Amino acid sequence: MGFGQLPFDMAHLLAGGVLLLSFVLLYQRRVTALIGALAAQGAVLAMAVAWQGWVLDVPALYVTALAALLAKAVAIPLGLRLLVRRFGLRRAVETAIGIGPGMIMGVGLVALAILVVLPATQGAGALVREGLAFAMSVMLLGMLMMITRRHAIGQVVGLLSLENGLVLAAAGARGLPLVVELATAALVVALAAVAGFFTLRLRDDFAGLDLGLLHHHRGESAPPGEGPP
Amino acid sequence: MSAVLATLLLMLLPLALAGGGAARWPALARLVHGGCFLVSLGFAALGVAVLVFGGGDPLLLPVGPPWAPLSLALDGLSAWFLLLLGLVGAATGLFAWTHEAEAPPRRLLCYPLFLFGMALCLGAADGFTLILGFEAMSLASWGLLVARAMETRGEGERLAARLYLGFALFGAACLIPAIGLMGGLAGDLSFAGLRAAPMQGGMAALVMALVLLGAGSKAGLVPLHGWLPIAHPVAPAGVSALMSGAMTKVALYVVARLVLDLGGPAQPPAWGAPLLVIGAASALFGALRATQEVDGKVLLACSTIEHVGLVAMGLGLSAVLRGADLGPLASVAAGAALLHALGHALFKTLLFLSAGEVEHGAGSRRLDALGGLIHAMPLVALCALFGAAAAAALPPLVGFAGEWLLLQALLSAWRVGALWVQVMVAAVTAVVALSTALGAMAMLRFWGLCFLGRARTPRTLGAQDAAPPARAALVALVVLATGAGLLPGSLLALGAPAVAQVSGHAGLVVAGPWSVGAATAASAYWPLGVLLLVAIVAAALVAGLRRLSLQPAARGPVWDGGFIAPPAHLPFGDPATQASAAGFAQPLRRMLGTRLLMAREAVHFAAPGDPAPARLEAGFRDPVLPAFLRPLLIARDRLAQAAEWLRDLSIRQFLGIAFGTLLLLLALLALAGPP
Repeated sequence: MGFGQLPFDMAHLLAGGVLLLSFVLLYQRRVTALIGALAAQGAVLAMAVAWQGWVLDVPALYVTALAALLAKAVAIPLGLRLLVRRFGLRRAVETAIGIGPGMIMGVGLVALAILVVLPATQGAGALVREGLAFAMSVMLLGMLMMITRRHAIGQVVGLLSLENGLVLAAAGARGLPLVVELATAALVVALAAVAGFFTLRLRDDFAGLDLGLLHHHRGESAPPGEGPP
Repeated sequence: MSAVLATLLLMLLPLALAGGGAARWPALARLVHGGCFLVSLGFAALGVAVLVFGGGDPLLLPVGPPWAPLSLALDGLSAWFLLLLGLVGAATGLFAWTHEAEAPPRRLLCYPLFLFGMALCLGAADGFTLILGFEAMSLASWGLLVARAMETRGEGERLAARLYLGFALFGAACLIPAIGLMGGLAGDLSFAGLRAAPMQGGMAALVMALVLLGAGSKAGLVPLHGWLPIAHPVAPAGVSALMSGAMTKVALYVVARLVLDLGGPAQPPAWGAPLLVIGAASALFGALRATQEVDGKVLLACSTIEHVGLVAMGLGLSAVLRGADLGPLASVAAGAALLHALGHALFKTLLFLSAGEVEHGAGSRRLDALGGLIHAMPLVALCALFGAAAAAALPPLVGFAGEWLLLQALLSAWRVGALWVQVMVAAVTAVVALSTALGAMAMLRFWGLCFLGRARTPRTLGAQDAAPPARAALVALVVLATGAGLLPGSLLALGAPAVAQVSGHAGLVVAGPWSVGAATAASAYWPLGVLLLVAIVAAALVAGLRRLSLQPAARGPVWDGGFIAPPAHLPFGDPATQASAAGFAQPLRRMLGTRLLMAREAVHFAAPGDPAPARLEAGFRDPVLPAFLRPLLIARDRLAQAAEWLRDLSIRQFLGIAFGTLLLLLALLALAGPP
């Protein structure tokens, strides 16, 4: 299987779509748009997984795809949106590094992922190799997002995007048991719940989502302009 | 055979539990000691049986990780050391039956585990089990030290336990990578697999260095010997005896197993050189320190460093000779090492147990507080005399046989043509002669200060001789040490499989039941002949004196260098009229100590007009341990300060560190490429 054949090209396109949406997540400044991009990534991920299930002829992957669609494209974004609306969070999410440097770092991470995965998987099928490279890129971008975002919502979205990369990798590998997928999904839901809880508490206590506020409780001086309201 | 070993090992675990239960039922303490005694006898019998009949196939245990199933097997080498462990363990078990019946449960819990770890290390048939046993031994013995420190609540004991733990961790940090490197990428850790895939080149040198650091620190080889004179004496006498007599030998067994048996074949003569040089340095350093120490048990621990060094020299010389294709000579050196290991285990146990009796009876370990004990405890004095004479390498006792064989091998080693070997062997031979003489001097000083002369404190006069079970242990050790000294040839014939494994040559050429020698053309050593000669000379002397003297012998006052009988008003005499421990050591301190031990002497005069007396201050210190520890402490403080900024990072910065590390590893992978 290689270029020019429908199964490969389609898988390539869908995985590439997930990666592209990771870049979108990386530079998106507004919370609502961020959540929308996350939902879109979840939807494309579900399509990619379903396509893998069809290509590899593993019906279990349809279930995974459905779970991904319901959880990541619908439930979690809706929940996040609800959270944002309910607490009247600030709409603008400023990134810690600028868009330009972020894009450059993201491209560097994708290059690194390709450099690591392609030599290490010689002998495996082209589909698996490309899929793994895409998945790793998505994971690295998710991590980058987690450390560049200053706000809790942004970090939660980064974590979820990282998990999308995991699912993509799992779908590419032949015969991942559904149990693992469910476990990882449950884990991330739990993490999201915890993160949501923290968001809630922060909102209640400080009427803000800036993690810099925590510094005050550890006896540190805040950076200028970031003091408690 | 392996099944018997497994059974004996399993019997030790309930004993440890019983030791823990001694908090509730104190009678269990005797059960622990009796059980350990019986199991140790079983070890000794099993060792002899394996040496005679062979060991059989490895026994795979149903526990352990999937990549390294635990396996037990006994071959000649491990059986020899198991025999040694069994003899020492049985003697200390008897001793503990007398003196440790009231021991706290912490110690009773650790004691069987200590034996368990040593026996597991010796019975291992793969690298993983070996490490497991070695670390169990380290931890259990550390537990014994900690229990002692909690009992006495002394600062010195606490520091000793901590130092011991530090060295134990260091040993583990060296041995575990060594085993991993030996296993290589194939990952087969069984001895058969390791033997089939010998190490080469830089990897072999690295493994050698790691094993010497890891096991050498446990054996007390220079320069990692600093903990031994501090930690060994802290434990109760029986445990000290086990540590000095058996644990150092287990460490030497690990060296012999990994470096000589598994890694030894097809190595150049230089393979044994590090072991030979380090052994010589240990022998000299240990013996010199033993002549200087003023604490009886510390002195014995330093003497252990000396003898461990001699055994290591035998092993190293065997590797040198084997590398030069001189098989028969290599077997002589290996035989010397094994014989001296066994001999040292016997006489050092005897000496430590005697020191324990002295401490129990006279209430002190300080040589300056003892003296004249031969009147109060004649049997202990006699037994300790045998031990000291063996440690001083006097014929026909066991210490002489091993050291004589070692010297024979050294004197024949010129047959290795290379110039550096000849120069090294010449230097090392001189060092052996010097350290043997120093060791004899140390033993003379130890025994004389403890048992001869006049009591230096009144407390000494209240000492009582050993109680029956401990007395049996002492006498049995004397019999064993003398027997082993009289029949070294038979012992080496029994240990031929072990000699063959270390040296790669089947047994000694000249090892009959009555004599032993380096080669057919060279002179042989007939212990019984020597004994006969000594007896004849002594009898002739006594008879001659009896016949020649005109009048019967009578005791009278003598001028004894100013040391006269105590006057009536001072029944114990003036302690200052007897040579003190430091005074006895002074000539050697001035001769050798200033260079090697940083000894110093200074006279402090009182200021003019001040009626205070002038004071002479003299002392020494071992420069090696502080030289290691001080930079380590400074580095630790720096690291701690440098790590301080980590506490102030935010969550994002922590995540960033993790992310950066991941990226670094990925970049390494991308650069290095797939394996």
